[in-house]
Amino acid sequence: MIAEPQPAGPNHRWVERGVTVGIAVFALIVLAGSIQAGVGWGVEGPKAGFFPFYIALLILIASVVNFVQINATVPRDHLFVEWGQLRLVMTVVVPTTIYVALVPYTGIYAASALLIGFFMKQLGRYQWAQVAAVSIMVPLLIFVIFEKWFLVPLPKGPIEEFLGF
Amino acid sequence: MEEIANLFHGFAIALQPFNIMVMFVGIFLGVIIGVLPGLGGANGVAILLPLTFSMSPTSAIIMLSCIYWGALFGGAITSVLFNIPGEPWSVATTFDGHPMAQQGRAGEALTAAFTSSFVGALFAVIIITLIAPLVARFALQFGPPEKFAVYFLAFCSFVGMSKEPPFKTIAAMMIGFALGAVGLDSMTGQLRLTFGFPELLTGFDFLIAVIGLFGIGEILLTMEEGLSFKGGSAGINPKVVFHTWAELPRYWVTGLRSCLIGCWMGISPAGATPASFMSYGIAKRMSRHGDRFGKGEIEGVIAPETAAHAAGTSALLPMLALGVPGSPTAAVLLGGLLIWGLQPGPLLFVEQKEFVWGLIASMYLGNVLGLIVVLTCVPLFAAILRIPFTIIAPIILVFCAIGAYSVHNSTFDVVMMLVFGVLGYLLKKCNYPLAPLVLAIVLGDKAEEAFRQSLLSSQGSLGIFFSNGLVGSIMALGLIALFWPLIAKALTRMRPRPAL
Repeated sequence: MIAEPQPAGPNHRWVERGVTVGIAVFALIVLAGSIQAGVGWGVEGPKAGFFPFYIALLILIASVVNFVQINATVPRDHLFVEWGQLRLVMTVVVPTTIYVALVPYTGIYAASALLIGFFMKQLGRYQWAQVAAVSIMVPLLIFVIFEKWFLVPLPKGPIEEFLGF
Repeated sequence: MEEIANLFHGFAIALQPFNIMVMFVGIFLGVIIGVLPGLGGANGVAILLPLTFSMSPTSAIIMLSCIYWGALFGGAITSVLFNIPGEPWSVATTFDGHPMAQQGRAGEALTAAFTSSFVGALFAVIIITLIAPLVARFALQFGPPEKFAVYFLAFCSFVGMSKEPPFKTIAAMMIGFALGAVGLDSMTGQLRLTFGFPELLTGFDFLIAVIGLFGIGEILLTMEEGLSFKGGSAGINPKVVFHTWAELPRYWVTGLRSCLIGCWMGISPAGATPASFMSYGIAKRMSRHGDRFGKGEIEGVIAPETAAHAAGTSALLPMLALGVPGSPTAAVLLGGLLIWGLQPGPLLFVEQKEFVWGLIASMYLGNVLGLIVVLTCVPLFAAILRIPFTIIAPIILVFCAIGAYSVHNSTFDVVMMLVFGVLGYLLKKCNYPLAPLVLAIVLGDKAEEAFRQSLLSSQGSLGIFFSNGLVGSIMALGLIALFWPLIAKALTRMRPRPAL
């Protein structure tokens, strides 16, 4: 029997260990914040930090248990994700991150046009004419639906300001 | 009976032209949401929630609940045609639904799925009509300890009955509580866990968490499988519909059993997903054709769909009557009610009769309308999935961003949406359940308030939670639910082995 080449990727155990540690760090931050807010008893009953303090404690305990159980529950060679799959995931994460970063500066409509345009041109390999058509039509449609019909204001940028909105 | 009179009054409200139009729009949007990945029931309702701010609360909740129905129906379409469950509770529908489609019996499968959903939801709405007012009246006697006990029961049920490892459920839930605690503390007026960041003043909104975790996270997970949806084509012609309808009554036992399973699991926070799996499993074991399950047996579609819809609908009962949502989508609806200044819980039935009964009446109508809409429009909805992924994915992302922004008009929330999205991806892959996290964000403040008020009146003694029969028994139920896996294991070990 010919063995198929094993797909490669980050090992699941290590990624899950990282996630569990991350959760524990989060719990520690919450612990610190709760102590800052006061953990004991005040005149109005339990202080503001009382509840979050014990919550964070529970998270820590649970994280320790989860960390220990990783070796038992996850097979040694199990992959968290294949590199190829991760690349596909990144093709969404990276443009979306840039999109989210742009929104406060360019307004949501311009940023959306760029996002749709990027997806269609880079990943979909459409012609410029189709790309331009869709990536301009959709934000325009959204503008009409949200701003005019539902009266929900969305962040605008220099282009909209220039047009007088 | 007073309830029937209220119900008819509710119908009068629901049948107003604006509300009927709102129902249609809601169902239509809901099915589209249910069909598209990344815009699940909870997420879709969350995104569209801010749109309803300009409507009256009654019309708004009618639209949102119709979106909910639509999403329930829509999940079945992709499950059957594309083997992609549009919602987590449609997974079990793929087991027999997709094989049926592959055998050319897609119309039959879809008709069976939609009709079962209709029956399941109708059953649950009738139960709600009869029981909700009783539960609400009963719950009016609840004080802070009883209220906390109910929340405690809800959270323990999640830990004890979910299929994920209990300590991961606990971790997820506690993360939700911690996130919900950020910002202004309602009881002391103090700021906590903000570490000086002004953006954290308002805390983490559950809507942002839902859109990020369930929306963006879902898209990222789907991306692993590649950039396209492949699937069969479908049309439903009336002859197939009637033929299937003639066949369905044969399975009335399965249907009834699934309704009961669904209602039971929907009212407890277990929800629609475990209900669908449980119903499928039991139907397989008890059916005469059990061995045909998985190869295209129609009963394998009826069982999970009826249960899932009964559960999804009855999840609204504890939300309305007690203020405890039975599912993430019910949690979003609850959040919506809070935003409109309505207090879900027993007082709602007393103070906002028009609203509650208008909603319940719209459930009946929405269900009927939904069935009609899906039966007639399946090809249209299936065609939506033919839109190339590279066009539709960014559009979904844009809508998620709009949804996130419009909650507080804050671009910081859009950033948080993305963070939650990546978090959701990581957590899901590591088998952490997301539903308890969302529930905890929504309910955290209320549960904490009930806890602190109880402790205040008891001068710090935890004994108040066992001080009378009612609160003691609810807490006991909670503890049983929490330790259920251990209890169940002990019980099976005690049972004598069957003779070989």
